[in-house]
Amino acid sequence: MTKYILNRLFHSALVMFTISFIVFFIMFKAGDPVELMLPPDATQQDVVDMRAALGLDKSFIVQYQKFLVNVSKGNLGNSFIYGQPALDIVFERMPATMELAVIAMFISVLVGIPLGIISSIKPNSILSRIIMFFSLAGISVPVFWTGMILVLIFSVILGVLPSSGRGEVYLFTSAFTWDGIKHLIMPVATLAVFQLALILRLTRTGMMEVLMQDYIKLAAAKGVPRKVIVYYHALKNTLIPLITIIGIQFGQLVAFTIVTETIFAWPGTGKLIIDSIQNLDRPIVVAYLLVISFIFVAINFVVDVLYTFVDPRVRV
Amino acid sequence: MKLFKNKILIEYFEDKLAAAGLIVFLILAIFAIAPSLFSYQNPYDLMQLYLENSFQAPNANFWLGTDEQGRDIFSAIMYGLRVSLYVGFASTILSVIIGFTLGLISGYYGGWIDTIIMRIADIQLSFPAILIALIIMALWGAGVGKIIIAITIVNWVYYARTARGVVLSEKEKDYAQSAKALGMSNFSIIFKEIMPNTTAPIIVIATVRIAVAIILEATLSFLGLGVPITEPSLGSLISNGYQVLFSGYWWTSVFPGIVLMILIISINLIGDRTRDIMNPRLKR
Repeated sequence: MTKYILNRLFHSALVMFTISFIVFFIMFKAGDPVELMLPPDATQQDVVDMRAALGLDKSFIVQYQKFLVNVSKGNLGNSFIYGQPALDIVFERMPATMELAVIAMFISVLVGIPLGIISSIKPNSILSRIIMFFSLAGISVPVFWTGMILVLIFSVILGVLPSSGRGEVYLFTSAFTWDGIKHLIMPVATLAVFQLALILRLTRTGMMEVLMQDYIKLAAAKGVPRKVIVYYHALKNTLIPLITIIGIQFGQLVAFTIVTETIFAWPGTGKLIIDSIQNLDRPIVVAYLLVISFIFVAINFVVDVLYTFVDPRVRV
Repeated sequence: MKLFKNKILIEYFEDKLAAAGLIVFLILAIFAIAPSLFSYQNPYDLMQLYLENSFQAPNANFWLGTDEQGRDIFSAIMYGLRVSLYVGFASTILSVIIGFTLGLISGYYGGWIDTIIMRIADIQLSFPAILIALIIMALWGAGVGKIIIAITIVNWVYYARTARGVVLSEKEKDYAQSAKALGMSNFSIIFKEIMPNTTAPIIVIATVRIAVAIILEATLSFLGLGVPITEPSLGSLISNGYQVLFSGYWWTSVFPGIVLMILIISINLIGDRTRDIMNPRLKR
Protein backbone atom coordinates (compact mmCIF):
# COMPACT_ATOMS: atom_id res chain seq x y z
CA MET A 1 0.00 0.00 0.00
CA THR A 2 2.78 2.44 0.97
CA LYS A 3 4.65 1.56 -2.21
CA TYR A 4 1.50 2.15 -4.23
CA ILE A 5 0.91 5.54 -2.62
CA LEU A 6 4.52 6.61 -3.15
CA ASN A 7 4.32 5.49 -6.74
CA ARG A 8 1.15 7.48 -7.24
CA LEU A 9 2.61 10.57 -5.59
CA PHE A 10 5.64 10.38 -7.85
CA HIS A 11 3.46 10.00 -10.91
CA SER A 12 1.25 12.92 -9.84
CA ALA A 13 4.27 15.13 -9.25
CA LEU A 14 5.51 14.22 -12.73
CA VAL A 15 2.16 15.17 -14.28
CA MET A 16 2.14 18.53 -12.53
CA PHE A 17 5.75 19.19 -13.45
CA THR A 18 4.99 18.47 -17.12
CA ILE A 19 1.94 20.70 -17.05
CA SER A 20 3.90 23.55 -15.49
CA PHE A 21 6.62 23.19 -18.13
CA ILE A 22 4.22 23.11 -21.09
CA VAL A 23 2.11 26.02 -19.86
CA PHE A 24 5.17 28.05 -18.95
CA PHE A 25 6.61 27.42 -22.40
CA ILE A 26 3.38 28.28 -24.24
CA MET A 27 2.95 31.47 -22.23
CA PHE A 28 6.63 32.35 -22.78
CA LYS A 29 6.16 31.99 -26.53
CA ALA A 30 2.95 34.02 -26.42
CA GLY A 31 4.80 37.05 -25.12
CA ASP A 32 4.45 39.37 -22.15
CA PRO A 33 2.01 42.12 -21.19
CA VAL A 34 4.65 44.81 -20.59
CA GLU A 35 3.48 47.00 -23.46
CA LEU A 36 -0.13 46.66 -22.34
CA MET A 37 0.79 47.61 -18.78
CA LEU A 38 2.67 50.80 -19.58
CA PRO A 39 0.92 54.03 -20.56
CA PRO A 40 0.71 54.64 -24.32
CA ASP A 41 3.35 57.40 -24.19
CA ALA A 42 6.00 55.14 -22.60
CA THR A 43 9.38 55.16 -24.32
CA GLN A 44 11.22 52.14 -25.63
CA GLN A 45 13.58 52.51 -22.64
CA ASP A 46 10.62 52.20 -20.23
CA VAL A 47 9.61 48.94 -21.91
CA VAL A 48 13.14 47.56 -21.65
CA ASP A 49 13.42 48.66 -17.99
CA MET A 50 10.14 47.07 -17.03
CA ARG A 51 11.01 43.80 -18.75
CA ALA A 52 14.29 43.75 -16.83
CA ALA A 53 12.49 44.56 -13.56
CA LEU A 54 10.11 41.61 -14.05
CA GLY A 55 12.94 39.35 -15.20
CA LEU A 56 11.28 38.91 -18.59
CA ASP A 57 14.41 39.80 -20.55
CA LYS A 58 16.07 36.53 -19.56
CA SER A 59 16.09 33.39 -21.68
CA PHE A 60 13.43 30.71 -21.28
CA ILE A 61 15.76 28.36 -19.43
CA VAL A 62 16.76 31.00 -16.89
CA GLN A 63 13.17 32.09 -16.31
CA TYR A 64 11.92 28.54 -15.88
CA GLN A 65 14.79 27.70 -13.56
CA LYS A 66 13.91 30.70 -11.41
CA PHE A 67 10.30 29.58 -11.42
CA LEU A 68 11.25 26.09 -10.21
CA VAL A 69 13.45 27.51 -7.44
CA ASN A 70 10.54 29.69 -6.31
CA VAL A 71 8.12 26.77 -6.47
CA SER A 72 10.33 24.79 -4.11
CA LYS A 73 9.82 27.66 -1.66
CA GLY A 74 6.06 27.52 -2.19
CA ASN A 75 5.97 30.68 -4.28
CA LEU A 76 4.47 30.66 -7.77
CA GLY A 77 5.54 34.20 -8.59
CA ASN A 78 3.76 37.54 -8.58
CA SER A 79 1.05 38.42 -11.06
CA PHE A 80 2.38 40.82 -13.71
CA ILE A 81 -0.85 42.80 -13.69
CA TYR A 82 -1.86 42.83 -10.02
CA GLY A 83 1.63 42.64 -8.52
CA GLN A 84 0.44 40.26 -5.77
CA PRO A 85 1.41 36.59 -5.37
CA ALA A 86 -0.41 34.66 -8.10
CA LEU A 87 -1.33 31.80 -5.80
CA ASP A 88 -3.01 34.18 -3.32
CA ILE A 89 -5.13 35.68 -6.10
CA VAL A 90 -6.21 32.22 -7.29
CA PHE A 91 -7.03 31.05 -3.76
CA GLU A 92 -8.92 34.24 -3.03
CA ARG A 93 -11.22 33.50 -5.98
CA MET A 94 -11.44 29.76 -5.39
CA PRO A 95 -14.32 29.66 -2.85
CA ALA A 96 -16.69 31.30 -5.34
CA THR A 97 -15.83 28.67 -7.97
CA MET A 98 -15.90 25.72 -5.59
CA GLU A 99 -19.25 26.81 -4.24
CA LEU A 100 -20.76 26.56 -7.74
CA ALA A 101 -19.08 23.24 -8.53
CA VAL A 102 -19.82 21.54 -5.20
CA ILE A 103 -23.48 22.55 -5.05
CA ALA A 104 -24.02 21.61 -8.70
CA MET A 105 -22.38 18.20 -8.19
CA PHE A 106 -24.38 17.59 -5.01
CA ILE A 107 -27.67 18.25 -6.79
CA SER A 108 -26.65 16.18 -9.83
CA VAL A 109 -25.82 13.13 -7.71
CA LEU A 110 -28.86 13.52 -5.48
CA VAL A 111 -31.29 13.72 -8.40
CA GLY A 112 -29.41 11.86 -11.13
CA ILE A 113 -28.80 8.54 -9.38
CA PRO A 114 -32.43 7.95 -8.23
CA LEU A 115 -33.80 8.89 -11.66
CA GLY A 116 -31.23 6.61 -13.28
CA ILE A 117 -32.36 3.72 -11.07
CA ILE A 118 -36.04 4.35 -11.82
CA SER A 119 -35.43 4.36 -15.57
CA SER A 120 -33.34 1.18 -15.41
CA ILE A 121 -35.91 -0.96 -13.57
CA LYS A 122 -38.58 -0.71 -16.25
CA PRO A 123 -36.63 0.60 -19.27
CA ASN A 124 -39.61 0.48 -21.61
CA SER A 125 -42.19 2.20 -19.43
CA ILE A 126 -43.49 5.62 -20.40
CA LEU A 127 -41.90 7.26 -17.36
CA SER A 128 -38.48 5.80 -18.26
CA ARG A 129 -38.82 6.99 -21.82
CA ILE A 130 -39.68 10.51 -20.69
CA ILE A 131 -36.75 10.54 -18.28
CA MET A 132 -34.42 9.26 -20.98
CA PHE A 133 -35.55 11.81 -23.52
CA PHE A 134 -34.98 14.68 -21.12
CA SER A 135 -31.61 13.29 -20.10
CA LEU A 136 -30.64 13.10 -23.77
CA ALA A 137 -31.66 16.73 -24.15
CA GLY A 138 -29.64 17.46 -20.99
CA ILE A 139 -26.39 16.06 -22.35
CA SER A 140 -27.06 17.67 -25.74
CA VAL A 141 -27.44 21.22 -24.49
CA PRO A 142 -24.23 23.23 -24.37
CA VAL A 143 -23.66 24.75 -20.93
CA PHE A 144 -23.63 28.30 -22.24
CA TRP A 145 -26.96 27.78 -23.96
CA THR A 146 -28.66 26.59 -20.76
CA GLY A 147 -27.30 29.66 -18.97
CA MET A 148 -28.46 31.99 -21.70
CA ILE A 149 -32.01 30.61 -21.79
CA LEU A 150 -32.27 30.83 -18.00
CA VAL A 151 -31.16 34.47 -18.14
CA LEU A 152 -33.67 35.17 -20.90
CA ILE A 153 -36.57 33.61 -19.00
CA PHE A 154 -35.86 34.53 -15.39
CA SER A 155 -34.02 37.84 -15.76
CA VAL A 156 -35.11 39.45 -19.02
CA ILE A 157 -38.73 38.27 -19.27
CA LEU A 158 -39.82 37.52 -15.68
CA GLY A 159 -37.26 39.68 -13.90
CA VAL A 160 -37.28 37.46 -10.80
CA LEU A 161 -33.63 36.38 -10.62
CA PRO A 162 -30.47 38.50 -10.83
CA SER A 163 -28.35 37.78 -13.90
CA SER A 164 -24.93 38.70 -12.57
CA GLY A 165 -22.71 38.72 -9.52
CA ARG A 166 -22.58 36.69 -6.35
CA GLY A 167 -24.97 38.63 -4.13
CA GLU A 168 -24.54 38.90 -0.41
CA VAL A 169 -21.77 36.65 0.87
CA TYR A 170 -21.80 35.35 4.44
CA LEU A 171 -18.67 33.62 5.73
CA PHE A 172 -17.26 32.06 2.55
CA THR A 173 -20.40 31.33 0.55
CA SER A 174 -23.52 32.98 -0.73
CA ALA A 175 -25.58 29.90 0.15
CA PHE A 176 -26.36 31.28 3.63
CA THR A 177 -28.19 34.46 2.62
CA TRP A 178 -31.45 34.78 0.73
CA ASP A 179 -29.90 37.28 -1.66
CA GLY A 180 -26.96 34.94 -2.22
CA ILE A 181 -29.25 31.99 -2.92
CA LYS A 182 -31.12 34.01 -5.52
CA HIS A 183 -27.79 34.69 -7.24
CA LEU A 184 -26.79 31.04 -6.99
CA ILE A 185 -29.87 29.43 -8.55
CA MET A 186 -29.16 30.09 -12.22
CA PRO A 187 -25.38 29.48 -12.31
CA VAL A 188 -25.80 26.25 -10.34
CA ALA A 189 -28.68 25.08 -12.53
CA THR A 190 -26.61 25.86 -15.64
CA LEU A 191 -23.77 23.68 -14.40
CA ALA A 192 -25.97 20.94 -12.99
CA VAL A 193 -28.17 20.19 -16.03
CA PHE A 194 -25.43 18.47 -18.01
CA GLN A 195 -23.91 16.63 -15.03
CA LEU A 196 -27.29 15.46 -13.79
CA ALA A 197 -28.20 14.06 -17.19
CA LEU A 198 -24.82 12.37 -17.54
CA ILE A 199 -24.91 10.76 -14.09
CA LEU A 200 -28.50 9.65 -14.71
CA ARG A 201 -27.55 7.93 -17.96
CA LEU A 202 -24.46 6.28 -16.54
CA THR A 203 -26.43 4.99 -13.55
CA ARG A 204 -29.03 3.57 -15.89
CA THR A 205 -26.55 1.86 -18.21
CA GLY A 206 -24.65 0.44 -15.24
CA MET A 207 -27.80 -0.84 -13.54
CA MET A 208 -29.08 -2.44 -16.74
CA GLU A 209 -25.80 -4.26 -17.30
CA VAL A 210 -25.64 -5.46 -13.71
CA LEU A 211 -29.30 -6.54 -13.66
CA MET A 212 -28.56 -8.91 -16.56
CA GLN A 213 -25.76 -10.72 -14.72
CA ASP A 214 -26.17 -14.30 -13.60
CA TYR A 215 -25.88 -13.63 -9.88
CA ILE A 216 -28.88 -11.31 -10.09
CA LYS A 217 -30.86 -14.04 -11.84
CA LEU A 218 -29.72 -16.48 -9.19
CA ALA A 219 -30.86 -14.14 -6.42
CA ALA A 220 -34.22 -13.77 -8.14
CA ALA A 221 -34.52 -17.55 -8.52
CA LYS A 222 -33.75 -17.99 -4.84
CA GLY A 223 -36.73 -15.75 -4.09
CA VAL A 224 -34.89 -12.63 -2.94
CA PRO A 225 -37.41 -9.77 -3.13
CA ARG A 226 -37.05 -7.56 -6.21
CA LYS A 227 -36.53 -4.45 -4.06
CA VAL A 228 -33.58 -6.03 -2.25
CA ILE A 229 -32.07 -7.14 -5.55
CA VAL A 230 -32.35 -3.70 -7.11
CA TYR A 231 -31.45 -1.47 -4.20
CA TYR A 232 -28.92 -3.69 -2.51
CA HIS A 233 -27.19 -6.12 -4.87
CA ALA A 234 -27.43 -4.27 -8.18
CA LEU A 235 -27.00 -0.73 -6.88
CA LYS A 236 -23.91 -1.63 -4.89
CA ASN A 237 -22.18 -2.96 -7.97
CA THR A 238 -23.26 -0.03 -10.11
CA LEU A 239 -22.02 2.58 -7.66
CA ILE A 240 -18.40 1.44 -7.85
CA PRO A 241 -17.62 2.55 -11.41
CA LEU A 242 -19.87 5.54 -10.82
CA ILE A 243 -17.58 6.85 -8.08
CA THR A 244 -14.71 7.11 -10.57
CA ILE A 245 -16.84 8.97 -13.05
CA ILE A 246 -18.18 11.38 -10.46
CA GLY A 247 -14.58 12.09 -9.49
CA ILE A 248 -13.55 12.84 -13.05
CA GLN A 249 -16.70 14.84 -13.70
CA PHE A 250 -16.04 17.06 -10.72
CA GLY A 251 -12.87 18.21 -12.47
CA GLN A 252 -14.84 18.86 -15.64
CA LEU A 253 -17.36 20.81 -13.60
CA VAL A 254 -14.63 23.06 -12.23
CA ALA A 255 -13.43 23.65 -15.80
CA PHE A 256 -16.93 24.46 -16.99
CA THR A 257 -17.28 27.14 -14.34
CA ILE A 258 -15.27 29.20 -16.85
CA VAL A 259 -18.32 29.33 -19.09
CA THR A 260 -20.83 29.79 -16.28
CA GLU A 261 -18.80 32.51 -14.61
CA THR A 262 -18.49 34.36 -17.91
CA ILE A 263 -22.24 34.34 -18.44
CA PHE A 264 -23.19 35.31 -14.89
CA ALA A 265 -20.21 37.61 -14.19
CA TRP A 266 -19.46 35.36 -11.21
CA PRO A 267 -16.30 36.55 -9.44
CA GLY A 268 -14.52 33.16 -9.38
CA THR A 269 -11.43 31.67 -10.94
CA GLY A 270 -13.06 31.02 -14.34
CA LYS A 271 -13.41 34.72 -15.03
CA LEU A 272 -9.89 35.26 -13.69
CA ILE A 273 -8.30 32.70 -16.03
CA ILE A 274 -10.01 34.06 -19.16
CA ASP A 275 -8.84 37.59 -18.32
CA SER A 276 -5.35 36.40 -17.40
CA ILE A 277 -4.87 34.42 -20.61
CA GLN A 278 -5.90 37.42 -22.62
CA ASN A 279 -3.63 39.72 -20.58
CA LEU A 280 -0.74 37.22 -20.92
CA ASP A 281 -0.44 37.23 -17.11
CA ARG A 282 1.70 34.11 -16.99
CA PRO A 283 2.07 33.61 -13.21
CA ILE A 284 -1.71 33.54 -12.73
CA VAL A 285 -2.29 31.19 -15.66
CA VAL A 286 0.40 28.79 -14.40
CA ALA A 287 -0.83 29.00 -10.80
CA TYR A 288 -4.45 28.43 -11.80
CA LEU A 289 -3.65 25.42 -13.98
CA LEU A 290 -1.43 23.90 -11.31
CA VAL A 291 -4.14 24.32 -8.69
CA ILE A 292 -6.73 22.75 -11.03
CA SER A 293 -4.48 19.83 -11.91
CA PHE A 294 -3.69 19.38 -8.23
CA ILE A 295 -7.42 19.13 -7.52
CA PHE A 296 -7.75 16.65 -10.38
CA VAL A 297 -4.85 14.53 -9.20
CA ALA A 298 -6.05 14.62 -5.60
CA ILE A 299 -9.58 13.56 -6.57
CA ASN A 300 -8.31 10.68 -8.67
CA PHE A 301 -6.13 9.59 -5.80
CA VAL A 302 -8.96 9.68 -3.27
CA VAL A 303 -11.22 7.82 -5.72
CA ASP A 304 -8.65 5.07 -6.21
CA VAL A 305 -8.21 4.63 -2.47
CA LEU A 306 -12.00 4.64 -1.94
CA TYR A 307 -12.20 1.92 -4.54
CA THR A 308 -10.18 -0.48 -2.46
CA PHE A 309 -12.62 -0.01 0.39
CA VAL A 310 -15.79 -0.39 -1.66
CA ASP A 311 -14.61 -3.22 -3.88
CA PRO A 312 -12.70 -5.97 -2.08
CA ARG A 313 -11.58 -7.40 -5.44
CA VAL A 314 -9.33 -4.40 -6.03
CA ARG A 315 -6.02 -4.84 -4.27
CA VAL A 316 -3.34 -2.25 -4.62
CA MET B 1 -22.67 -8.22 -47.23
CA LYS B 2 -25.68 -6.35 -48.59
CA LEU B 3 -28.05 -8.45 -46.52
CA PHE B 4 -25.97 -7.77 -43.43
CA LYS B 5 -26.12 -4.02 -43.94
CA ASN B 6 -29.85 -4.07 -44.46
CA LYS B 7 -30.29 -6.05 -41.27
CA ILE B 8 -28.44 -3.38 -39.30
CA LEU B 9 -30.53 -0.68 -40.95
CA ILE B 10 -33.78 -2.49 -40.17
CA GLU B 11 -32.68 -2.98 -36.58
CA TYR B 12 -31.75 0.69 -36.42
CA PHE B 13 -35.17 1.85 -37.56
CA GLU B 14 -36.95 -0.30 -34.99
CA ASP B 15 -36.36 2.52 -32.52
CA LYS B 16 -38.67 5.33 -33.66
CA LEU B 17 -36.84 8.08 -31.79
CA ALA B 18 -33.49 7.05 -33.28
CA ALA B 19 -35.09 6.92 -36.74
CA ALA B 20 -36.41 10.46 -36.25
CA GLY B 21 -32.95 11.54 -35.13
CA LEU B 22 -31.35 10.18 -38.29
CA ILE B 23 -33.92 11.87 -40.54
CA VAL B 24 -33.56 15.23 -38.77
CA PHE B 25 -29.80 14.95 -38.99
CA LEU B 26 -29.94 14.23 -42.73
CA ILE B 27 -32.18 17.26 -43.30
CA LEU B 28 -29.77 19.49 -41.37
CA ALA B 29 -26.86 17.99 -43.30
CA ILE B 30 -28.55 18.87 -46.60
CA PHE B 31 -28.99 22.46 -45.38
CA ALA B 32 -25.33 22.53 -44.46
CA ILE B 33 -24.13 21.12 -47.77
CA ALA B 34 -26.10 23.58 -49.92
CA PRO B 35 -27.11 26.54 -47.74
CA SER B 36 -27.53 28.84 -50.73
CA LEU B 37 -30.46 26.76 -52.03
CA PHE B 38 -32.48 27.39 -48.90
CA SER B 39 -31.53 30.89 -47.87
CA TYR B 40 -32.95 34.20 -48.86
CA GLN B 41 -29.58 35.96 -48.95
CA ASN B 42 -25.91 35.18 -48.62
CA PRO B 43 -25.52 36.57 -45.11
CA TYR B 44 -21.82 37.32 -45.56
CA ASP B 45 -22.08 39.23 -48.81
CA LEU B 46 -22.24 42.78 -47.46
CA MET B 47 -23.80 43.94 -50.74
CA GLN B 48 -26.94 41.97 -49.88
CA LEU B 49 -27.39 43.46 -46.42
CA TYR B 50 -29.43 46.60 -45.80
CA LEU B 51 -29.07 48.46 -42.54
CA GLU B 52 -32.70 49.61 -42.60
CA ASN B 53 -33.60 45.94 -42.06
CA SER B 54 -31.66 45.75 -38.79
CA PHE B 55 -33.19 44.08 -35.72
CA GLN B 56 -36.48 43.10 -37.31
CA ALA B 57 -38.52 40.69 -35.25
CA PRO B 58 -39.54 37.47 -37.02
CA ASN B 59 -42.00 38.36 -39.81
CA ALA B 60 -43.17 37.19 -43.23
CA ASN B 61 -40.03 38.40 -45.02
CA PHE B 62 -37.51 37.41 -42.39
CA TRP B 63 -38.91 34.24 -40.82
CA LEU B 64 -36.52 34.28 -37.91
CA GLY B 65 -35.82 38.02 -37.80
CA THR B 66 -32.60 39.93 -38.52
CA ASP B 67 -29.51 41.03 -36.60
CA GLU B 68 -27.93 44.48 -36.20
CA GLN B 69 -26.57 44.48 -39.74
CA GLY B 70 -29.88 43.46 -41.28
CA ARG B 71 -28.66 39.91 -41.72
CA ASP B 72 -31.43 37.34 -42.13
CA ILE B 73 -31.10 34.94 -39.17
CA PHE B 74 -32.60 32.04 -41.12
CA SER B 75 -29.96 32.34 -43.84
CA ALA B 76 -27.21 32.85 -41.25
CA ILE B 77 -28.27 29.64 -39.51
CA MET B 78 -28.03 27.67 -42.79
CA TYR B 79 -24.48 28.92 -43.30
CA GLY B 80 -23.65 28.53 -39.61
CA LEU B 81 -24.73 24.90 -39.69
CA ARG B 82 -22.23 24.32 -42.44
CA VAL B 83 -19.33 25.69 -40.37
CA SER B 84 -20.41 23.82 -37.21
CA LEU B 85 -20.75 20.50 -39.02
CA TYR B 86 -17.55 21.04 -40.95
CA VAL B 87 -15.59 21.69 -37.74
CA GLY B 88 -17.26 18.71 -36.03
CA PHE B 89 -16.59 16.25 -38.81
CA ALA B 90 -13.16 17.48 -39.86
CA SER B 91 -11.82 17.45 -36.31
CA THR B 92 -13.33 14.04 -35.63
CA ILE B 93 -11.91 12.51 -38.82
CA LEU B 94 -8.48 13.98 -38.05
CA SER B 95 -8.60 12.76 -34.43
CA VAL B 96 -9.69 9.29 -35.54
CA ILE B 97 -6.85 9.02 -38.07
CA ILE B 98 -4.20 10.25 -35.62
CA GLY B 99 -5.56 8.58 -32.49
CA PHE B 100 -6.34 5.31 -34.24
CA THR B 101 -2.89 5.02 -35.81
CA LEU B 102 -1.08 5.91 -32.60
CA GLY B 103 -3.28 3.54 -30.60
CA LEU B 104 -2.67 0.66 -33.03
CA ILE B 105 1.08 1.21 -33.01
CA SER B 106 1.16 1.70 -29.24
CA GLY B 107 -0.77 -1.50 -28.55
CA TYR B 108 0.98 -3.63 -31.15
CA TYR B 109 4.59 -2.75 -30.46
CA GLY B 110 4.37 -2.05 -26.72
CA GLY B 111 7.67 -1.08 -25.10
CA TRP B 112 8.89 2.50 -25.01
CA ILE B 113 6.66 3.67 -27.90
CA ASP B 114 3.67 2.52 -25.90
CA THR B 115 4.98 4.18 -22.73
CA ILE B 116 5.52 7.55 -24.40
CA ILE B 117 2.19 7.65 -26.23
CA MET B 118 0.19 6.51 -23.22
CA ARG B 119 1.97 8.87 -20.80
CA ILE B 120 1.05 11.79 -23.06
CA ALA B 121 -2.51 10.50 -23.14
CA ASP B 122 -2.59 10.14 -19.34
CA ILE B 123 -1.36 13.67 -18.77
CA GLN B 124 -3.91 15.00 -21.20
CA LEU B 125 -6.74 13.05 -19.62
CA SER B 126 -5.77 14.32 -16.16
CA PHE B 127 -6.87 17.72 -17.36
CA PRO B 128 -10.25 19.05 -18.51
CA ALA B 129 -10.45 19.10 -22.31
CA ILE B 130 -12.04 22.51 -22.51
CA LEU B 131 -9.11 24.09 -20.67
CA ILE B 132 -6.56 22.72 -23.14
CA ALA B 133 -8.56 23.90 -26.13
CA LEU B 134 -9.18 27.25 -24.47
CA ILE B 135 -5.50 27.95 -23.90
CA ILE B 136 -4.59 26.94 -27.44
CA MET B 137 -7.26 29.15 -28.96
CA ALA B 138 -6.66 32.11 -26.65
CA LEU B 139 -3.01 32.29 -27.57
CA TRP B 140 -3.33 31.28 -31.18
CA GLY B 141 -6.29 33.41 -32.18
CA ALA B 142 -9.66 32.50 -33.65
CA GLY B 143 -10.10 30.65 -36.95
CA VAL B 144 -11.80 27.63 -38.49
CA GLY B 145 -8.57 25.76 -39.28
CA LYS B 146 -7.11 26.53 -35.87
CA ILE B 147 -10.14 25.30 -33.96
CA ILE B 148 -10.13 22.04 -35.94
CA ILE B 149 -6.53 21.47 -34.88
CA ALA B 150 -7.25 22.47 -31.27
CA ILE B 151 -10.15 20.00 -31.03
CA THR B 152 -8.02 17.30 -32.67
CA ILE B 153 -5.28 17.83 -30.08
CA VAL B 154 -7.89 17.36 -27.37
CA ASN B 155 -9.74 14.40 -28.90
CA TRP B 156 -7.16 12.01 -30.39
CA VAL B 157 -6.57 10.54 -26.92
CA TYR B 158 -9.97 8.83 -26.76
CA TYR B 159 -9.45 6.97 -30.02
CA ALA B 160 -5.86 6.08 -29.19
CA ARG B 161 -6.88 4.51 -25.90
CA THR B 162 -9.75 2.53 -27.42
CA ALA B 163 -7.71 1.27 -30.38
CA ARG B 164 -4.85 0.28 -28.07
CA GLY B 165 -7.18 -1.64 -25.79
CA VAL B 166 -8.63 -3.64 -28.67
CA VAL B 167 -5.22 -4.34 -30.23
CA LEU B 168 -3.86 -5.64 -26.93
CA SER B 169 -6.48 -8.39 -26.89
CA GLU B 170 -6.57 -8.97 -30.67
CA LYS B 171 -2.84 -9.41 -31.26
CA GLU B 172 -2.76 -12.54 -29.08
CA LYS B 173 -5.56 -14.19 -31.04
CA ASP B 174 -4.87 -17.04 -33.47
CA TYR B 175 -5.44 -15.13 -36.68
CA ALA B 176 -2.90 -12.45 -35.80
CA GLN B 177 -0.40 -14.98 -34.55
CA SER B 178 -0.74 -17.11 -37.69
CA ALA B 179 -0.37 -14.03 -39.90
CA LYS B 180 2.88 -13.42 -38.09
CA ALA B 181 3.95 -17.03 -38.53
CA LEU B 182 3.21 -16.74 -42.26
CA GLY B 183 5.75 -13.94 -42.40
CA MET B 184 3.44 -10.97 -42.92
CA SER B 185 5.02 -7.63 -42.15
CA ASN B 186 4.00 -5.83 -38.96
CA PHE B 187 2.48 -3.10 -41.10
CA SER B 188 0.18 -5.58 -42.89
CA ILE B 189 -0.77 -7.33 -39.66
CA ILE B 190 -1.70 -4.04 -37.99
CA PHE B 191 -3.59 -2.45 -40.85
CA LYS B 192 -4.97 -5.44 -42.77
CA GLU B 193 -5.65 -8.00 -40.07
CA ILE B 194 -6.21 -6.21 -36.77
CA MET B 195 -7.63 -2.89 -37.90
CA PRO B 196 -10.97 -4.23 -39.22
CA ASN B 197 -11.70 -5.63 -35.75
CA THR B 198 -11.22 -2.29 -34.03
CA THR B 199 -13.59 -0.32 -36.22
CA ALA B 200 -16.85 -1.07 -34.37
CA PRO B 201 -15.87 0.52 -31.03
CA ILE B 202 -14.19 3.41 -32.85
CA ILE B 203 -17.35 4.15 -34.87
CA VAL B 204 -19.43 4.19 -31.70
CA ILE B 205 -17.07 6.60 -29.96
CA ALA B 206 -16.67 8.78 -33.05
CA THR B 207 -20.43 9.33 -33.37
CA VAL B 208 -20.68 10.59 -29.83
CA ARG B 209 -17.47 12.60 -30.07
CA ILE B 210 -18.74 14.49 -33.16
CA ALA B 211 -21.43 15.93 -30.91
CA VAL B 212 -18.85 16.72 -28.24
CA ALA B 213 -16.61 18.39 -30.84
CA ILE B 214 -19.46 20.56 -32.11
CA ILE B 215 -20.36 21.58 -28.54
CA LEU B 216 -16.72 22.36 -27.77
CA GLU B 217 -16.46 24.53 -30.87
CA ALA B 218 -19.70 26.32 -30.03
CA THR B 219 -18.57 26.90 -26.44
CA LEU B 220 -15.22 28.35 -27.50
CA SER B 221 -16.96 30.50 -30.09
CA PHE B 222 -19.37 31.68 -27.41
CA LEU B 223 -16.39 32.76 -25.31
CA GLY B 224 -15.12 34.61 -28.38
CA LEU B 225 -12.20 32.21 -28.87
CA GLY B 226 -13.48 29.91 -31.59
CA VAL B 227 -14.66 30.85 -35.04
CA PRO B 228 -14.63 34.56 -35.97
CA ILE B 229 -17.93 36.29 -36.71
CA THR B 230 -16.83 36.78 -40.34
CA GLU B 231 -17.32 33.03 -40.97
CA PRO B 232 -19.67 32.23 -38.10
CA SER B 233 -20.68 28.86 -36.76
CA LEU B 234 -23.88 28.40 -34.78
CA GLY B 235 -21.82 29.13 -31.65
CA SER B 236 -20.56 32.48 -32.90
CA LEU B 237 -24.09 33.42 -34.03
CA ILE B 238 -25.34 32.71 -30.50
CA SER B 239 -22.45 34.67 -29.01
CA ASN B 240 -23.19 37.60 -31.31
CA GLY B 241 -26.88 37.53 -30.42
CA TYR B 242 -26.20 37.16 -26.71
CA GLN B 243 -24.72 40.65 -26.61
CA VAL B 244 -28.11 42.14 -27.50
CA LEU B 245 -30.23 39.70 -25.49
CA PHE B 246 -30.84 42.27 -22.76
CA SER B 247 -32.08 44.76 -25.35
CA GLY B 248 -34.89 42.34 -26.15
CA TYR B 249 -33.60 41.10 -29.52
CA TRP B 250 -33.94 37.50 -28.36
CA TRP B 251 -34.36 35.98 -31.83
CA THR B 252 -30.73 36.67 -32.84
CA SER B 253 -29.45 34.17 -30.28
CA VAL B 254 -32.39 31.89 -29.44
CA PHE B 255 -32.99 30.51 -32.96
CA PRO B 256 -29.36 29.55 -33.69
CA GLY B 257 -29.31 27.97 -30.23
CA ILE B 258 -32.41 25.88 -30.91
CA VAL B 259 -30.93 24.63 -34.18
CA LEU B 260 -27.66 23.77 -32.41
CA MET B 261 -29.63 21.86 -29.79
CA ILE B 262 -31.62 19.93 -32.40
CA LEU B 263 -28.41 19.09 -34.24
CA ILE B 264 -26.69 17.74 -31.12
CA ILE B 265 -29.78 15.80 -29.99
CA SER B 266 -30.08 14.17 -33.41
CA ILE B 267 -26.41 13.14 -33.41
CA ASN B 268 -26.70 11.79 -29.87
CA LEU B 269 -29.80 9.77 -30.81
CA ILE B 270 -27.86 8.22 -33.69
CA GLY B 271 -24.89 7.58 -31.38
CA ASP B 272 -27.05 5.94 -28.71
CA ARG B 273 -28.68 3.61 -31.19
CA THR B 274 -25.42 2.67 -32.88
CA ARG B 275 -23.96 1.82 -29.48
CA ASP B 276 -26.94 -0.33 -28.53
CA ILE B 277 -26.76 -2.24 -31.80
CA MET B 278 -23.01 -2.78 -31.61
CA ASN B 279 -22.80 -3.59 -27.90
CA PRO B 280 -23.67 -7.27 -27.50
CA ARG B 281 -23.65 -6.92 -23.70
CA LEU B 282 -26.98 -5.10 -23.82
CA LYS B 283 -28.62 -7.67 -26.12
CA ARG B 284 -31.41 -9.63 -24.53
